Amino acid sequence: MVGIFLTGTLVISLGLFFNRNTFVNHSLLILYLVLLWVLGIYECNHLNVTELEFFTPDSLGILMLMAICVVSIAAFYHGYRYIATGDETPKSRGIFFAAMVMLISACSMSYLSNHIAVTWIFVEITTLSASALIYHHRNIRALEGTWKYVFLCTISITFVYVGILFLSLALKQTGVGDMSFESLYRNCDKLNPFWLKLAFLFIFTGFTAKLGIVPMYTAGIDAKDKAPAPAGALLASVLMNLGFVAIYRVYAIIAHTPLHQWADTIIIIAALLSVFVATVYMTRIKNIKRMFAYSGVEHMGLVMLGLAAGGIGVYAAILHVILHTFIKPTLFFQYNQIYSVYQSKSIYDVGNYFKYNKAGAMLMLLAFISVTAMPPSGLFVSEFLIFQSLFQSSHIIILFIVLILLTLILWGFGSNTFKLLFTPPVSIDETKIPKISPWESLPQYILLAISVYLAYNPPAVLVTLIENAVKLVQ
Amino acid sequence: MTDILLIALAMTLLYMSIANRLHTYLRILVFQGFLLFGVTYLTLTHINTLNLIFIMLETVVFKAIAVPGFINYIIKRNGITRETEPYLPNFVSLIIVTLIIIATIILSSSIKEINLDKTFFVVALSTLFTGLYLIVSRKKIITHIIGYIVIENGVFILSLAVGNEMPMLVNLGIMLDIFASVLILGVFFNKIGDVIKDPDVNLLQNLKD
Repeated sequence: MVGIFLTGTLVISLGLFFNRNTFVNHSLLILYLVLLWVLGIYECNHLNVTELEFFTPDSLGILMLMAICVVSIAAFYHGYRYIATGDETPKSRGIFFAAMVMLISACSMSYLSNHIAVTWIFVEITTLSASALIYHHRNIRALEGTWKYVFLCTISITFVYVGILFLSLALKQTGVGDMSFESLYRNCDKLNPFWLKLAFLFIFTGFTAKLGIVPMYTAGIDAKDKAPAPAGALLASVLMNLGFVAIYRVYAIIAHTPLHQWADTIIIIAALLSVFVATVYMTRIKNIKRMFAYSGVEHMGLVMLGLAAGGIGVYAAILHVILHTFIKPTLFFQYNQIYSVYQSKSIYDVGNYFKYNKAGAMLMLLAFISVTAMPPSGLFVSEFLIFQSLFQSSHIIILFIVLILLTLILWGFGSNTFKLLFTPPVSIDETKIPKISPWESLPQYILLAISVYLAYNPPAVLVTLIENAVKLVQ
Repeated sequence: MTDILLIALAMTLLYMSIANRLHTYLRILVFQGFLLFGVTYLTLTHINTLNLIFIMLETVVFKAIAVPGFINYIIKRNGITRETEPYLPNFVSLIIVTLIIIATIILSSSIKEINLDKTFFVVALSTLFTGLYLIVSRKKIITHIIGYIVIENGVFILSLAVGNEMPMLVNLGIMLDIFASVLILGVFFNKIGDVIKDPDVNLLQNLKD
């Protein structure tokens, strides 16, 4: 099935790239979604069956794959709306959708890969396709965003490569030549600790560019700001999951060695700094899209804290990642409607959103509640569990700092959101505001509803999958 | 013999830190490509011939000819001035690069590892860090790219150190080379010339909070 999927992706994205006909374009997109769902359902029924030597759908991979299946439907719908309402040529439309298809496929494949080198290759492909999406508008700002993203991601990917080399040195003395994750888990107690340490440092630093935490988070912020919002939604959710999966699998190696404590310390430092950086920017930021991007930095920081705290925290981290995948895109999708009303992304120019787009404003309010983890948000459950795990692992001071920082973030996010929703705008020409159909917000409501449902009434299969994924590190 | 080539490569780094003109950089890159060609031939004695030929072709064709040639083309096409425009005086750069090399030597002598050739490790790491230093200490985008290529050369040396046991990793490194160079140079830098006429990093400083 993986082979069929890869061939299908290639054919469909080539078709999208060269085709200029609107009908063919839409049929290809629907065909791709069908293909993606067939892959998802097929892999669910073939848990832990290796395909093409390098792809094994384990529990973690399946979870992320199902999440990407759901989100990509909404992403394609909003991408279609974005292209239909914007000033687009058939050529730019073709490049946009072809890059989106490549990005989604590369992410799904690297979730499933069981070999660190294969993961690495697909991560590189996501950089390529993401840069095409970021450069969509072809102006100097987009160019700057793309340039920074490409350069930083290339350096990060080089770091990961150096890390893989060090990992091979760590493996050298065991006499094993196989670098699949399975073989690394089996031989983890024989790995040379010095090289393993270096390898973890480099690989972790490299993948933070995708995960979006300190030190390499900057590239992602500019990218999400400059990419069209439907693409930004993908960058802020499924691409971050890719970073999480990669780091999680490497962490699983080190978690079974005496270096476990050391790795936890590194992760906690990076995570705490991420939450701190997010706080600093979110309390003074005036660009709506960048605010959403920094919120992602905060959430991934919390996820990493849960992972490092251990215990129930690992379960909570995975749950948090999945729920975040459904919640964060709604904000980006909604952003397009906000922009079409005010023609600006600055918080100074917006206001009184309830008057101009009721369905959208209601969604914005709900999404704000969801993303800041206030009950009944789904993220409340996972954040609560993360805090509990921090408490149990006696990281009281860290917990205290994080709670204060989160309160500040809530204040920053809240003051901007309420300005958008309730305060009258300074100057606005009401005759130019387009009529927005309430139905356009429907996919966003559905995504939010899914996140609440999954958190408060998790299906048994979800719990089992997460528990199996947790077994990798515990 | 391998050691001589590697030490020559480390010396090019010192030369790079004081070079004043972009063309000097390009000549150094060409020279490094040929040095890597020699090192590859002498080191990878245990892998199959076809793979060896592929890797050696990559070092010569790609590292020594194609990439420097393409950068030269970009410099001419976009009319980039020939100065390297460092932020720091050359003398300071020379000291910093020397310190980098000394630090990596100290680091490597603190490692007790029989499986690894120390010369490879020292030269690879110092090349990597010199590349990073070139990126942060030079003004132009084109020098950033040159710095990145220096980093890639360093990583390539490191991959040669484990190349006999795991030829797959060397091939992976070559893929990184080609991927990144195509991405940065081919697709992208052509566009920068189209949108802005003077590719100076200062023009790309507007995205911030």
